[in-house]
Amino acid sequence: MTDTALRSAVRPEARPTQWRRLSSDWAADRQTFPGASWRKAMMWIFLLSDTFVFGCFLIGYMTVRMSTTVPWPNPSEVFALEIGGTTLPLILIAIMTFVLISSSGTMAMAVACGYRRRRRATALLMLLTALLGATFVGMQAFEWTKLIHEGVRPWENPWGAEQFGAAFFMITGFHGTHVTIGVLILLVVARKVWRGDYDTGRRGFFTSQPGRYENVEIAGLYWHFVDLVWVFIFALFYLW
Amino acid sequence: MTASASHPSGHSSGHSIRLYLLVWFWLFVLSACSYLVDYFHLQGILRWFLILLFMVVKAGLIVAVFMHMAWERLALIYAILVPPAALLVFVAIMSAEATYTLLTRSTFLGGG
Repeated sequence: MTDTALRSAVRPEARPTQWRRLSSDWAADRQTFPGASWRKAMMWIFLLSDTFVFGCFLIGYMTVRMSTTVPWPNPSEVFALEIGGTTLPLILIAIMTFVLISSSGTMAMAVACGYRRRRRATALLMLLTALLGATFVGMQAFEWTKLIHEGVRPWENPWGAEQFGAAFFMITGFHGTHVTIGVLILLVVARKVWRGDYDTGRRGFFTSQPGRYENVEIAGLYWHFVDLVWVFIFALFYLW
Repeated sequence: MTASASHPSGHSSGHSIRLYLLVWFWLFVLSACSYLVDYFHLQGILRWFLILLFMVVKAGLIVAVFMHMAWERLALIYAILVPPAALLVFVAIMSAEATYTLLTRSTFLGGG
């Protein structure tokens, strides 16, 4: 309460610059992220830690790929699919990318609707997001099945450097797990929105705290992060 | 929980549907472009440059608009965006290490 009073007291004459505000946010003996709620700040910090997890996977992949004396399998050919007699390079991965980007778009819409308190629209958009996410995981399962049938293992593959399989299963496996968890989170939050928990202030089963429409945004942060990681995997693993 | 926490600043400007649709559209275009880089078999410096460019622009759009980073305070922006720079240092260290490993492998394993 005190800091709110202090801040409103200085506002009229001198609105602090962004830089002044940055240093006072960090230096003042109080909550560092006054603009974000604890739940949002903690989600961001979790995502930061997850960035390092995926960062380490991708760096490990870079290291084995750069240091092997055997040629690396060409992802453009490995992930090609034959559709209607013509072989299209990377087509499944391209479709998966578009599905995941679409799901990010519907999630952003859900968040926007949530802050406008449009309960049904929010829940339906979240369900659509979850559906697109599940589609993505389904296509990934198809891709894994195809590659395993072709003889790709973490320790060998028919086309070149053995490390290809290890890097592929590790990176896409962890990403797919994140998408799956994201789908579950979306379904849980969508159910709460649909039931009107954030309008009536109904307490959560696990936390015993009433939720807010901000929870939609926080679920969205996680979902967009999953999409963000895919952007890097798509560029560095599939296109490189 | 402080009073300010329940009213995050800037949310009125951060949730314009038009802006989301625009970003969505650009993400589609950029993804299509990076797919075309592979489809047309571009090689060499041009390929790496385009792939990395599209990757960084897409990541920037997602973080700034979809994740609302553009409307957060600088205190949070720097706390989240500066630490991953350590990963770039890690990339530099590991690429030096990988080059060295490749050198020793081609020297002693008869690879070259």
